[in-house]
Amino acid sequence: MKQQSATPESSGRFQAHRILRSITTRLHNVLSELGQAFTLFFQTLIQIFRPPFQFDLLVKQLLLVGFNSLAVVIVSGFFTGMVLGVQGYIQLKPYAVEGSVARFVCVSIVKELGPMITAFVLAGRIGASITAELSTMKVTEQIDALEVMGTNPVKYLVVPRFLACSIMLPTLTIFSTFAGIAGGFVAVVTLFDVNGYFFLLEAQKNLFVGSVLISLIKATSFGMAIAAVGCYKGFSISTAGGAEGVGTATTGSAVISLITILILDFVLNHILFNILGLI
Amino acid sequence: MISVRNITKNFGGKNVLNGLNLEIPRGETLVIMGRSGCGKSVLLKIITGLIPADSGEIWFDGTEISKLKAKKMNLLRQKVGMLFQSAALFDSMTVAENVAFMLDQHTDYSKQEMRKIVDEKLALVDLEGVQDLRPAELSGGMRKRVGLARALAFNPEVILYDEPTTGLDPVTCNEINQLILDLHEQLQVTSVVVTHDMHSAFSVATRMAMIHEGRQIAYGSPDEIINIEDPILQQFVLFGAPDQILNMENPILKEYLNR
Repeated sequence: MKQQSATPESSGRFQAHRILRSITTRLHNVLSELGQAFTLFFQTLIQIFRPPFQFDLLVKQLLLVGFNSLAVVIVSGFFTGMVLGVQGYIQLKPYAVEGSVARFVCVSIVKELGPMITAFVLAGRIGASITAELSTMKVTEQIDALEVMGTNPVKYLVVPRFLACSIMLPTLTIFSTFAGIAGGFVAVVTLFDVNGYFFLLEAQKNLFVGSVLISLIKATSFGMAIAAVGCYKGFSISTAGGAEGVGTATTGSAVISLITILILDFVLNHILFNILGLI
Repeated sequence: MISVRNITKNFGGKNVLNGLNLEIPRGETLVIMGRSGCGKSVLLKIITGLIPADSGEIWFDGTEISKLKAKKMNLLRQKVGMLFQSAALFDSMTVAENVAFMLDQHTDYSKQEMRKIVDEKLALVDLEGVQDLRPAELSGGMRKRVGLARALAFNPEVILYDEPTTGLDPVTCNEINQLILDLHEQLQVTSVVVTHDMHSAFSVATRMAMIHEGRQIAYGSPDEIINIEDPILQQFVLFGAPDQILNMENPILKEYLNR
């Protein structure tokens, strides 16, 4: 009887087949998750315009997202501005253009770091808490209970959080931007020999309506992304996930939110600067 | 009232329900029994539209529910109250807010009217003075009672109980069983109780059904059930049912007892 043995080629082919299968499975999972996330996103957009409008739920979320995050956003913005001021002055001085430090701080904070820092703070603080809350509700069958009682969970839970993040992120960005410019001002004026009046004049000269618009568009988009990721991760946990599932979903939510913000920032920069030509 | 026809449900390659047929007559308390993981809770979720069946039909008062649009399904759900295994109380709300949830969402009742209904429903489940407590401050039995009061708030035609006595001490189990009986007598509602607790099953049932491997293998009144000579059913009943209701003349039971 002829005995069959695995040749190096057949073993290699088997390995390649296994790797290919693993890649296609992962790709399928990623695409499937993306599909589910976008379905939830579009369901949310539809439910926003469907009555009844529960303003009490929205106000509660606005306070939670906005008021409770205000202090941490201002502090983060202020110190980011200080770091920018110090670094900007040190880097510009050798070229004898340290007078442009106000422009450097102002443009960086308004167009990039203001919305970005605010989004990062809210992704960690609010996005993760949304996921933790919703996934706990899912695991303890509270979301099923909502549905059995004839209440749409997307309308009741996702819409207020989505709107609150979309409204409060640009609002908080305004605060963090002012705090950032103030931080840059304090750092540069107190630590280096820069005239305060000159700094403010330069900052005002370089603050364009277009820049503020860019900042607010970015902030709103980041807010939507944080809420969408937070809610999706909260809803996507299985009822059998338990405490471990809640933990994994919460960590995943924070990580995915941060990556989404960075990717979105790049895409928006490309659209706003290169395609629409805003400055 | 509810008719389950040829329902199948598959989870990750495992057939949980495999062509299940079941009749739930109006005004009866049907107990659905079966081993853990046999698909009892899945069936309740399919009946309430929480998860779709892979195939088959669920008829509710002459309406096939799997084809209903979300709005009509939500209207139909208002006729159904459900007590979840974990009670599923909203932990961000007080007991009163939990019980009043459906009224708040689907009616224009004033706060006073809602408060009156909440007090009434809590009294029905023998709970008073807990309106302002949070679910975390309640014992397991109290949570189930509040869950039941919430299920009753909208005067449902059908109440679904998912493992109502699981995780409770024997005294509280007995109290919950008595409550199910009392509610059935007072409100004349149709009840579906999913359980593997035979004491509870024989205490509350007017009809019983046994699910095994995704199919119904026995159906009848408690008296009929204990006389059905099916080894799987008898084994299940033997290990859980109170001695006084067992039919000791049943040959299968005799065989088990003689071992």
